[in-house]
Amino acid sequence: MTQAIAQVAAIAATALFIFALYWMNDPKTARRGVYAGVLGMAVAVLATWVQPQIVHHGWILAAIAAGFVVGVPLSRVPLTAVPQRTALSHAFGGLAAGLVGAAEFSLWLREGPGGAQFTTFRTSALVVEVILGFLTFTGSLMAAGKLQEVRWIPQRPVTYPGQNFVNLGVLGAALVLGVLLVLHPTAPAARTVFPVIMGLATLFGVLLIIPIGGADMPTVISILNAYAGLSAVAMGFVLDNKLLVTAGALDGSSGLILSIIMCRAMNRSFANVLFGAFGTVQKVKVIGEQKEWKQESIEGAAQLLEQARLVVIIPGYGMAVAQAQHKVRELYDQLTKRGVTVQFAIHPVAGRMPGHMNVLLAEANIPYTALV
Amino acid sequence: MTDYWSMVFVFVLATFIGLGVIRRVSRLLYTPLMSLTNAISAIAVVGSLAVAGADHPTSIRILGAVALFASMTNIVSGFLITYRMLRMFKKQ
Repeated sequence: MTQAIAQVAAIAATALFIFALYWMNDPKTARRGVYAGVLGMAVAVLATWVQPQIVHHGWILAAIAAGFVVGVPLSRVPLTAVPQRTALSHAFGGLAAGLVGAAEFSLWLREGPGGAQFTTFRTSALVVEVILGFLTFTGSLMAAGKLQEVRWIPQRPVTYPGQNFVNLGVLGAALVLGVLLVLHPTAPAARTVFPVIMGLATLFGVLLIIPIGGADMPTVISILNAYAGLSAVAMGFVLDNKLLVTAGALDGSSGLILSIIMCRAMNRSFANVLFGAFGTVQKVKVIGEQKEWKQESIEGAAQLLEQARLVVIIPGYGMAVAQAQHKVRELYDQLTKRGVTVQFAIHPVAGRMPGHMNVLLAEANIPYTALV
Repeated sequence: MTDYWSMVFVFVLATFIGLGVIRRVSRLLYTPLMSLTNAISAIAVVGSLAVAGADHPTSIRILGAVALFASMTNIVSGFLITYRMLRMFKKQ
């Protein structure tokens, strides 16, 4: 009976998640998407909770309460801080996947003589889950730290000779150990090899983000988004749970598409980014002469632009740093009052994450029909 | 013995549905999209709940509880902030 509930709930939740993303195709219907997502999540959580093997309800309630205590303030950050919040939540996602993977591994070791749980497929999925989970965890924490401009994390890209070699070496070592673990899951050494894999993945996450500067963050956040989704997929394979696989795949494909869009917008190939070469060539410094600039009031600027029929504003990250979106809004008001059409042209990688500028302008009450 | 190939099958189909749906998402909404998919991928809550709540040794349940806390944080903050941002997108 409870088994059937779980199956039906998984199907319903998957359908609701697909609708949630489908409704994001238009700002008019997008809010409905959030309702569908919440409903799907509630269905999935309740259906898991009522399963007979869940007995420690106190623990669950405590962890859920703690999640609310931290989650609610995290949802109230200023919109300029949304990129680091997003990176932080990728970190939480990776951490959850990594920890569940570690827990499953020690459960399998305890259970069954001869390691009946360690089929080749499940062990491979477990290794992928743990590597992706922990590298997403530390990589996203680093990204969030860089975006938040935490003092002890260098903002500038840190590069050194042979960097790609070291990075790939660390990842390669983790993968080789992973293959060994899949081949000999019950060997006595497996108990030590598994934590080493976790450690290497943790280290790789840090090394991966160190060479990356702020302007590349939209791409990096998108890639980490895809990793977080894929680690959920791997967890689904490990736990034999189709809902984890479908929801994780939706998240993974979203991260993939956003990464591709970001790469295209920066004229970089997707392969270039996938192989971790991003952020290495950032040494071009243009030292031009200091140009003069003029300060102008909003009225004055509006008078200057009055003659135009169409004014296109192209905002960049500087607007967010200077908190100038409300000034821009006043200029927009002045110009539209004088019968000038104003539009906003937003480059895909403007800001620190995909779509960042649109949100900032929407916060300043600029109608979304003026954003192109 | 589980049928692993059907799991892979589900994964491939779900990825294609994901690609098809996400490609149609409005360019204006990429930031809310990312926070929404964040919340959705916190479906890892299901796995964490099973580890934290089942009758396992305490050390394992602690791992599960931390994972549950992390996923729950993502669910709460992800949905709330998505809703908050979407409310700002007005036509006029």
